[in-house]
Amino acid sequence: MTSALKIVVTVKQVPDPNSALTLEADNTLSREKEVVLDPGDECGVEEALQLKEAHGGEVVLVSMGPERAKDAIRKGLSMGADRGILITDPQLAGADALLTARALAAAIKAESPDLVICGTESYDGSTGMVPPMLAELLGMPQLTMAKKVEVDGSNLKIHRQTADGYEVLEAATPALITVTAGIAEPRYASLKGIMAARSKEIKQVGLSDLSIERGEGAETIEGLADAETRKAGVVIQDDGAAVDRIMQLLAEAKVI
Amino acid sequence: MAKIWVYAELNQGKVNPTALELLAKARDLGDVEAIALGTGAKAAAAILGKHGAKVVHVNEDKAFDDYLAEPATDALAALHKQGAPDLILFGFTPDSRDVAGRLAARLEVGLISSAADIVAKDGAFVAKVPYFGGAKIASMKANKKPAIILVRPKSFESSEAGGTAEVKELSVTIDAGSKRAHILERVVEASEKVKLEDAKVVISGGRGMGGPDNFPLLEDLAGALGGAVGASRAVVDAGWVPYSMQVGQTGKSVRPGVYIAVGISGAMQHTVGMKASKVIIAINKDAEAPIMKMADLGVVGDALKIVPALTAAVKAKKR
Ligand SMILES: Cc1cc2nc3c(=O)[nH]c(=O)nc-3n(C[C@H](O)[C@H](O)[C@H](O)COP(=O)(O)OP(=O)(O)OC[C@H]3O[C@@H](n4cnc5c(N)ncnc54)[C@H](O)[C@@H]3O)c2cc1C
Ligand SMILES: Nc1ncnc2c1ncn2[C@@H]1O[C@H](COP(=O)(O)O)[C@@H](O)[C@H]1O
Repeated sequence: MTSALKIVVTVKQVPDPNSALTLEADNTLSREKEVVLDPGDECGVEEALQLKEAHGGEVVLVSMGPERAKDAIRKGLSMGADRGILITDPQLAGADALLTARALAAAIKAESPDLVICGTESYDGSTGMVPPMLAELLGMPQLTMAKKVEVDGSNLKIHRQTADGYEVLEAATPALITVTAGIAEPRYASLKGIMAARSKEIKQVGLSDLSIERGEGAETIEGLADAETRKAGVVIQDDGAAVDRIMQLLAEAKVI
Repeated sequence: MAKIWVYAELNQGKVNPTALELLAKARDLGDVEAIALGTGAKAAAAILGKHGAKVVHVNEDKAFDDYLAEPATDALAALHKQGAPDLILFGFTPDSRDVAGRLAARLEVGLISSAADIVAKDGAFVAKVPYFGGAKIASMKANKKPAIILVRPKSFESSEAGGTAEVKELSVTIDAGSKRAHILERVVEASEKVKLEDAKVVISGGRGMGGPDNFPLLEDLAGALGGAVGASRAVVDAGWVPYSMQVGQTGKSVRPGVYIAVGISGAMQHTVGMKASKVIIAINKDAEAPIMKMADLGVVGDALKIVPALTAAVKAKKR
């Protein structure tokens, strides 16, 4: 028996991984550059669309960010998602993981989804802490690092990537999962999809709509310093003697 | 003295090595208590004590082995009710991340993730967090009590301090509502001869290896040197080798005596996972590749020629 699934995918807008990150003079990430839908979240959207194709239902995209984060939602809508919600508020500038999770949780709760899909970690934040916080705030179990997802009625099974293989995890929906990049190759948006996305709804909400107050952040950034870099050693051409040089170094390091 | 907890993650009864690294740091920062949950917790307490934990809170309920994140979150929250510590340390590992995130949300304190170091400052804790792919280090002060900080594996060297921990039974009932994400089965795909994290020599291959068929060249060299083979994410994503071999930001952190990067360009997300290696050797066609600027020895040439020649030389020397 397959029953229709209501799926929320969290989508974040991030600097384009294909263009080198740059820092402003004040050490903040340059915001002038290209921004895109997080590649990890794109895989989440793809997985959600495949589940919808198999079971029926609805795919709702939720993002928190500045107004232009609508473009990231629009990208997911053009792939085939049904509608979007953008949480945007000047007070959310510089939000930490907990505030992000609180805002996302409030918007998602109102949707009562069967499944919430997040990326394992965002391209720019890369802390991977929003999903477990979100699961806790939503009161859902979390099944993380999924490289395969199966749904059968209210039964959810995933293959969770581990250091040396995988774990088979099971839970009942509603549940939150995080997906790895390997789970599904994101589809290209068709011209038809792009046209259709223009008329799909993106609801915009602020903190007061969600009854959230900002509160004190978990951390204060006190400073940013250059990381210690290793000094460059010697660079030699492989003129036949390179192997000898490597052998010499291996002997000095006492591994041969 | 600051009161510090170290969450000692157990993997099928064994202490995750990161817990011992955390203890080495924590005992310099204050009075350390460790929390070990699941099968093997009591046996683990002896090891944790040796590494500096004065008290180890244990509970061997099977629920900790069989369900993801929630039972451990419940246990830590229950212990927190008895008295909040100043700092809770977790390893930045998949299992600990799941627990730390939930706990931080439940206690409404937030957290600092992916730290490489911690210093005490004016009664608070400041975490040093690699940022911007590792090019910068941010100093982040934790504002809440308890401060929750997740530390990247291999950030500290573990060492014994020679003590014995007092073992305390942590009483907590894990109710059905927390037994949700059920681990049905653990499947091991990679049977490494030498564990990547523990290897004295790591030879990692990247896209410059040309294809999966050439990876046995690296296996041969690793075999001759008694080392392990790692990889860049590019070749893991391409499916040449399993994820278990990935070194870097989203893979494993290693700090062997010698790291040989073969056909790897040296993107920051890769180097953040290996730059603590004692000696770095790079083999790359391109003299301008970023890895050449951090290697102790950079060899400009064709990996497919140099690696077999090197393997032969190592074997010849051993004879
Ligand atoms: C959020 C995020 C997380 C990431 N996490 C990781 C991570 O954990 N680990 C990781 O490795 N990467 C990670 N990456 C990817 C990283 O940015 C790079 O894309 C990746 O490391 C590149 O892999 P590579 O060096 O094998 O490939 P390339 O960059 O394509 O380099 C191939 C190199 O091989 C050389 N070469 C080619 N042919 C030969 C030959 N015959 N002999 C010798 N040399 C040759 C070339 O000159 C080149 O330098 C991450 C990226 C993101 C965005
Ligand atoms: N601002 C945001 N808007 C929507 N989703 C987010 C946001 N921040 C984090 N997420 C989700 O959480 C995942 C992990 O992000 P992070 O915890 O920042 O590494 C991302 O892949 C997203 O799915």
